[in-house]
Amino acid sequence: MARVHFAKVSKRYGDVAAVDDLTLEVADGELLVLLGPSGCGKTTALRMVAGLEDVTEGSLTIGDDLVNDVDPKDRDVAMVFQSYALYPHMSVAKNIEFPLRQRKIETAERKQRALEAATTLGLEDLMDRKPGQLSGGQRQRVALARAIVRDPRVFLMDEPLSNLDAKLRVQTRGDIVALQRRLGTTTLYVTHDQVEAMTMGHRIAVMQGGRLQQVAAPQDLYERPANTFVATFLGSPGMNLIPASRQGDELVTPSGSLAVPAELSGIAPGEVTLGARPESLSLGTEGLRATVSLVEMLGAETQVHCKLEGGTTLVVRQGHDQVRPDLGHSVLVSVDPSSLHAFDAATGDRIEGSQ
Amino acid sequence: MRTRATRRHKDWALAYALLLPGLVIFSIFTFWPFLQNFKLALYQNPPYPGLPSTFVGLSQVGDVLSSVTFHQSLISTLLFVVMVVPTGLLGGLVLALAAHKALKGMAIFQVIFSSTVVTSVAVAAVVFGTLMDPVVGLLPWLGLDPHPAILSNPTWALPAVAVIAIWQFLGLSFIIMTAGLQSLPEEVLEAARLDGARAPTMFFRVTIPLLSPTIFFGLVVGFIYAFQSFGQIDILIGSQNAEFTHTNVLLFYIYRALSVQNDPGLAAVLSIVLFAILLSVTLLQFRFLERRVHYAGN
Repeated sequence: MARVHFAKVSKRYGDVAAVDDLTLEVADGELLVLLGPSGCGKTTALRMVAGLEDVTEGSLTIGDDLVNDVDPKDRDVAMVFQSYALYPHMSVAKNIEFPLRQRKIETAERKQRALEAATTLGLEDLMDRKPGQLSGGQRQRVALARAIVRDPRVFLMDEPLSNLDAKLRVQTRGDIVALQRRLGTTTLYVTHDQVEAMTMGHRIAVMQGGRLQQVAAPQDLYERPANTFVATFLGSPGMNLIPASRQGDELVTPSGSLAVPAELSGIAPGEVTLGARPESLSLGTEGLRATVSLVEMLGAETQVHCKLEGGTTLVVRQGHDQVRPDLGHSVLVSVDPSSLHAFDAATGDRIEGSQ
Repeated sequence: MRTRATRRHKDWALAYALLLPGLVIFSIFTFWPFLQNFKLALYQNPPYPGLPSTFVGLSQVGDVLSSVTFHQSLISTLLFVVMVVPTGLLGGLVLALAAHKALKGMAIFQVIFSSTVVTSVAVAAVVFGTLMDPVVGLLPWLGLDPHPAILSNPTWALPAVAVIAIWQFLGLSFIIMTAGLQSLPEEVLEAARLDGARAPTMFFRVTIPLLSPTIFFGLVVGFIYAFQSFGQIDILIGSQNAEFTHTNVLLFYIYRALSVQNDPGLAAVLSIVLFAILLSVTLLQFRFLERRVHYAGN
């Protein structure tokens, strides 16, 4: 077990930076999720730790070892791939034993450890099957068993649940978390699924365009997003952004004004981007003027899309017991002032002193 | 319901109408001669053209199968196949592995390696014939005096034509192996690297098993190619050469039976034998080898 440390790490393909100046530390025993849309550089970052991609710049450390030029097989890391990457010609037992066999571990111990790993993942009855005879979920468990069997310093997981159906994904998610907490192995977990990230990670590192946007515990990330990208990427739907300007004690928008709440008293006069989660908006008798453009009923809640006079659309989350407005009707959207966020209108960065 | 049935009839009619030209051509030039061949095998022909043939039933088949010439031909054919197929497949694999690198200019080598596919048998035979020539060839140039000349030498004539066949099969073998290597699942190879596999293990325990469907396909294609080799032998050895008995492979024997011996009956029997061998070898390969083949995703 070991920490993983990225120090100003970049990966460039010609002029394109897949990972740009990444500084990030994964603590010993931590499960850190790399989250971002496709092409954000999260998989490249993971593959650099594995040694499957070269580091163009910066230094990458596992434990106390600088691994920039270390061969993948000598890094003592195990990876779980989205496609499972099992050896199709080998039985489950042989697949799990493979890493041990490469380390010249004698037969008796090898079989013993493979069986232990298999039992941990409930595969002990499938040892003689070939991967082709297993379901997707079973294959993924074989891949996990192959990763844990040699007790590596770091687990690397590249969207391991993407090929599973929704129900199995939830179950396997729980299994992986339980396994990681029990083994205490440092884990880097790549996903584009924010629900996976929120439920699995000790911390989440959000990436976009090759750059790290924010790294924080899931709840902090949700409550104090560092910029508008993180604010809108996390949450389903993401945070509503409202362009406004501070004029005296008022926040003026094209659809009406709001009083500057005490929490935001530090923001400078001028342009500002306000942020509000759908659950901190409600339809009432005062607030911003808007027209209902879409009503989505999801059972436990209803999401009401309201178009402001300036053209911005806000999503309001309502409980199932609240009165649903009709499409096309004019409404007033009120904002809970204590949960209003403020971002720099030009850079999108969070304005400290807000919230 | 009625309209749906009518539409289905129309679909069938259209399908058959589109298939018809192909079926007609195949019937005239493939199926009909194929059936005629079985009939020919039952008739014996006098050695002079124009005289009536006599129905002899299966006795001609028995005569041919028990003849010394046939046995010699069969042995030559098998030797030829054994020389060509494994060497050609292995050579193709080695070339494919060498060219399977993301290096600049590798496409040039890929073109060169696969070029033997588009070289005509006649050109290849003439070039190799010149290289093997006892006067202007490679050996005299190296100061050696091959005597008798390679192509008239009972020991070396068959290996010499096998070399040309191997050279020509290399291109196809290279293309097949390259296609196989390119379709290997990248993540499985990466998993093996992370699992600690060294180069020999990577190759023999991961790459080769993953490549086995390709190798199997190459084997089937190679067998058919080798059994059907003819041009090199006809051009370099011919029927006139005293050593032709050593290079009298089945297809060449069939050709000679018809064009030199004017014996369609003999040629028909030999054709059926060749057909039976190719069919059974292919079926046997599928029956026994396919079980040891690992298809990706399985």
